[in-house]
Amino acid sequence: MANMNMIQALNSAMDICMDIDPNVLVMGEDVGYFGGVFRCTDGLYKKYGAHRALDMPIAEGGIMGVAIGMGVNGLRPIVEIQFSDYIYPAIDQIVSELARLRHRSGGEFFAPIVIRTPCGGGIRGGQTHSQSPEAFFTHACGLKTVMPSNPYDAKGLLISAIESNDPIIFFEPKRIYNGPFDGSHDQVAKAWSSHPLGEVPVEHYRVEIGSAAVVQEGTDVTVVTYGNMVHVAQGAINASGISAELIDIRTLIPLDIDTIKASVAKTGRCIVVHEATLTSGFGAEILAQVQEQCFWHLKAPIERVTGWDTPYPHAFEWQYFPSQKRITDAMLRTLESN
Amino acid sequence: MTSKQPEQSVKSYHSKLFVPQASSRPDTTPDFSHIAIPPPTDSHKPEVLTGALDMQDLAYGIVRVLGDDHLCAGPWVPEISADTLRLGLKHMLHVRAFDDRMFKMQRQGKLSFYMKSTGEEAISVAQGMALRTTDMMFPSYRQQGLLFVREHSIVDLMCQCLSNAKDNIKGRQMPIFYSSKQHNFFSLSGNLATQYSQAVGWGMAAAYKGEDRIAVSWVGDGTTAAADVYHALVFGSTYKAPVILNVVNNQWAISTPQSFASTGTTFAARGIGLNVPGIRVDGNDFLAVYAVTQWAAERARQGGGPTFIEHFTYRTEGHSTSDNPDAYRGKNEAKYWPLGDPINRLKQHLIALGEWSEAQHLALTEELSQSITAHWQEALAFGSLDNGPHWPVSSMFEDVFEEIPPHLLAQSQKIGD
Repeated sequence: MANMNMIQALNSAMDICMDIDPNVLVMGEDVGYFGGVFRCTDGLYKKYGAHRALDMPIAEGGIMGVAIGMGVNGLRPIVEIQFSDYIYPAIDQIVSELARLRHRSGGEFFAPIVIRTPCGGGIRGGQTHSQSPEAFFTHACGLKTVMPSNPYDAKGLLISAIESNDPIIFFEPKRIYNGPFDGSHDQVAKAWSSHPLGEVPVEHYRVEIGSAAVVQEGTDVTVVTYGNMVHVAQGAINASGISAELIDIRTLIPLDIDTIKASVAKTGRCIVVHEATLTSGFGAEILAQVQEQCFWHLKAPIERVTGWDTPYPHAFEWQYFPSQKRITDAMLRTLESN
Repeated sequence: MTSKQPEQSVKSYHSKLFVPQASSRPDTTPDFSHIAIPPPTDSHKPEVLTGALDMQDLAYGIVRVLGDDHLCAGPWVPEISADTLRLGLKHMLHVRAFDDRMFKMQRQGKLSFYMKSTGEEAISVAQGMALRTTDMMFPSYRQQGLLFVREHSIVDLMCQCLSNAKDNIKGRQMPIFYSSKQHNFFSLSGNLATQYSQAVGWGMAAAYKGEDRIAVSWVGDGTTAAADVYHALVFGSTYKAPVILNVVNNQWAISTPQSFASTGTTFAARGIGLNVPGIRVDGNDFLAVYAVTQWAAERARQGGGPTFIEHFTYRTEGHSTSDNPDAYRGKNEAKYWPLGDPINRLKQHLIALGEWSEAQHLALTEELSQSITAHWQEALAFGSLDNGPHWPVSSMFEDVFEEIPPHLLAQSQKIGD
């Protein structure tokens, strides 16, 4: 075991997979010689060379198109899109091509690609360095969507993703690259060394894609969330003293609905929390499935605590970013409801 | 606001929105007399590793081999036997017979859709023959000739169009969206241009692995406007990917003339600015297409990177069975096309060589027509779109992922109710 932040954990996952399989390579803008703007691919160029830590022209659509061709020809590209806010030029290649290739070719062709992309706010990133666009991708059949919330999961999930033959979009909440963030922006930032899940095995291991984690057990309300918001929700639960069961879904598609179902069957109440905007966000899907599958267990309407339906603001970041208070208020409303 | 500035700027403003015109419209007589067709002796043939900037003339000329006398001339005459030429002619006739039959079947309601490649057969057939079977092809929807060259089962092509139980892509795509891993023919997609940068990536992977294989891709003139085409050229040139990037300039993108994408220059010229050699070739000249493709393949194999080939041709028929060309271009515009018909030109060449005759041509045409009819009956026996049999409905849920995840399994069970 070693103490790692998320950056080091992700780096370790890529390093291990590149070491095992010469067909694994990392590619994207600034990922090679420089080691990535967030340092996630640091050292890979030196260790594996310019061909395997491959710097690319600034064209997300081109990077994705080329990666698909590489994947079809037997490579296993790990593509980095520098910010998830800049993934849109690649959407045609991702949604129309990558996601559908296996299906449309009757299983003849596929491209085993992982798309890593930093997402989420809380860093004064304004409109184009803060977005959480996961719902654009959960709506595309043929893609798996993953978002880890801690170094242990980040490494284990990324190894699973690299070794999977399905295309996977891997969102990395950049606010928690260096430490868990519970939404207390006015306090000193914490490091992952202060968190148990900052202890990461140095060797190869997997965290299964499609399995949620019960972060802490509770009896009165189920809080379903992922990414950054796991820590904000945990802060709200602990500060409020509410007996809430906290579920980090970890994988959005395929969703581990069984874990959520078991929890809501026990608590009878559910709130869904995410940083992305509300309307047609992934929370709507979780809410719908809980309503469909747990209707007779529910004692209160399911609530969603999310970003507002506005572009991500610069000046009003902390009015936008879902706070512990908003989560606590939602839990209390749910508990009061009969 | 001051009084000096605006008056001057009004005077200096001469810009007007320019909208390109079509070669002809239904109320005009087609006229291609403005297109200069150089004789085969006009072009030069550079060494395969010549720099793109040292062969710019090829982007603006037209590489030709077959002259008006139906004989070969000029520096690009390929070394090719009469047997190979006869095979090429057979493939082209076969594609045309297939297209004609399938078009009719669509008109009779037996197929939902079809797209012919009439007038463009030389491009896919000559290129397919100039490549190695191990080379990977990323076609658009109008290169069916490649599959004939690679001897794909005709019945299986028909089964794909019929979406029946023998369709290798399980009824999932419209007719003509073929996929054949066995023949190194990449799965067709409806989204234009996407395969172009994918071909570059495939070639990059081949180079990365040290394989002696190249990737070849095709788009139409209209599709050159798409960003993926630019991406393919930039990435292909940056990494010296072993690829051939073809533009089939058939003058029309559905109802839109090529002038809406060509910007007043040739498509081939587009390669030069990215340090990719651009070569414009007479797309109806089987031998010229063959020679240029051989050259580009050799360049790719020797590490020279991509070649951007513009095939100058004409889309004789409508865009698809859902299209009526008489609504947007002069009637029989193809008859005015100065480069003629590719099948007729190769036929005349072989006759001029004493290697072919009208009687042989007629006999082969008849033989192919009959075999297509027989294949169609055989394909129908495996089912049709309307009447089946099809793949089981549950197969719809397969191949979305490598394994069926629980939510798809649940949906599959629901549809079974």
